[in-house]
Amino acid sequence: MARNKKLFLFYAALALGIVAAAVFAPFIATHNPQQAVLTDAGQSPSAEHWFGTDRMGRDLFSRVIYGARTSLASTLALVVCIFTVGTGLGVVSGYAGGLADEVIMRISDMMVSFPGMALAIAMAGIMGPSITNAVIAITMVSWTKYARLARSLVLKIKHEDYVLAARISGCRTRHILWRYMFPSVLPTLVITAATDMGGMMLELAAFSFLGLGAQSTSIEWGYMLNQGRAFMQSAPWLMIFPGLAIFVTVVVFNLLGDSLRDILDPRDAHNAGQLLPIKQEVVEA
Amino acid sequence: MRKRQICKRLLQIVIVLVGISFLSFLLIYLAPGDPVRAMFAISGSIPSEEIMADIRENLGLNRPFPAQYGSWLLNCLKGDFGVSYTSGQPVTQMLAARVAPTIQLTLLSLAIMMVMSIPLGVLSALYQNRPVDYIVRGATFFSISMPNFWVGLLLLYFVALKLGWLPVVSTGMGLRKMLLPAITLGFAMAGKYARQVRAAVLEELNQDYVSGARARGLTESVILWRHVIPNAMLPLITLLGLSLGSLLGGTAVVEVIFSYPALGSLAISAITSMDYPVIQGFVLWISLIYMIVNLAVDISYNLLDPRLRKGA
Repeated sequence: MARNKKLFLFYAALALGIVAAAVFAPFIATHNPQQAVLTDAGQSPSAEHWFGTDRMGRDLFSRVIYGARTSLASTLALVVCIFTVGTGLGVVSGYAGGLADEVIMRISDMMVSFPGMALAIAMAGIMGPSITNAVIAITMVSWTKYARLARSLVLKIKHEDYVLAARISGCRTRHILWRYMFPSVLPTLVITAATDMGGMMLELAAFSFLGLGAQSTSIEWGYMLNQGRAFMQSAPWLMIFPGLAIFVTVVVFNLLGDSLRDILDPRDAHNAGQLLPIKQEVVEA
Repeated sequence: MRKRQICKRLLQIVIVLVGISFLSFLLIYLAPGDPVRAMFAISGSIPSEEIMADIRENLGLNRPFPAQYGSWLLNCLKGDFGVSYTSGQPVTQMLAARVAPTIQLTLLSLAIMMVMSIPLGVLSALYQNRPVDYIVRGATFFSISMPNFWVGLLLLYFVALKLGWLPVVSTGMGLRKMLLPAITLGFAMAGKYARQVRAAVLEELNQDYVSGARARGLTESVILWRHVIPNAMLPLITLLGLSLGSLLGGTAVVEVIFSYPALGSLAISAITSMDYPVIQGFVLWISLIYMIVNLAVDISYNLLDPRLRKGA
């Protein structure tokens, strides 16, 4: 257990380092990430430009550092959206039962019975490419996992004596939901959300890479790869460094999520990462 | 599985399909862009408002929503998904042309995934908590955390551009052209599968029948090959079905990188040019395929697992 906690602290420090890089980007970046110096276009990595420059002469190192802001913020927004929508609907569905339960669960059945990412791509495309729309589209196809989890947890405690006691003593439904239902489902769902961070970051980056997420006005790793792809032969650093940034960040967040689960959920510790994943996790868009 | 169960599942598929058709139609109905303008934007010359209004009338875009949806659904049932705005071809034909490359890529990448993940998963389970296990688990972590589009770009750069072993553009058919996209997809999936194989084998190794077999004096290799592995593979079939279903829906990212002409790249180009009929056709197609594959998997599961057959 002590080893688990040490590992968790170590990964948390790494993750904090990435967050700090995003927050303090202006102090770390060596150049202005948006400033195009055409005479410096397409330079390979050097002492002046650590990661080289892109075809408009912008410093790639500074862009990668600033890119952490977009990636982290949008991933966090996405996970929070999925978490809120999924948990909210799941708790309501489990506690209310009846028609609400039936409707929510049938919609969720429908969402699970086909590959979500393909629909998300179509939705993001129809709504127009932007990070916000990508977040909305991915949320719409990913909330079901959280809803099912929350619902099953609520069903487990719904008929406990203390909930019954609260009802008999005249507590309002809203009070019971807030006071008893949400707190009891939170730990499991927070663990799930933490382990999902890395995967969600990959999905958002894939959207941007396809041109369906971030646009040229923002600095984003997936979009940088999209732009760098065309210059693979003459300027390979344009695809190596942004990709490396995504990879490193995802590794850190995956490690952090796994170690958090090991600490908070000892039941799973012996088969960490081996439970049958929910459908959406298996598929690759 | 009994006939009644299969019928029930088929009915479910129909209901879900109707739901999805409604959803995809609604999305496009509410979409901000103007499809008629998009049609002409491709050719470069935008005609006058009156002509565009006429075309809208002809395409039935001015009719009320239920009427539009109804007639569209009826046509879909006949296998007619409409005509592409950009190419003028029937959508059904465009989808059909992409089916063969999609199936080929899907099967090849699943094969590569299995070749990579099954031996590694079994090894890692047999040598649990020893160096081999740690190395394999580390490798699966790479596979799970690497963006597959980045893997694709790196493979393209090093294997195709630098070493020149394989072609850069995968437009044609043939194994050599499919190899890089398939390796990219296979690698991305292999990590998850290796973990699953490891977990399944470990679980089987702890079963009583293994102790029984050891007590009867069977050699470890017989126990492994005859008893443990077949049992451990069973739960993987469900996963395999899910992967198969989603791969058949196209793998946009990888197809775009390697210019491979399967369903995913068709969808992406339809989306960027607001080619609504193609997008709708695509969404319905993948939903149908995904559900049919899953049904087939469930049926095969029943055939392969004697325990379920007995219960039925």
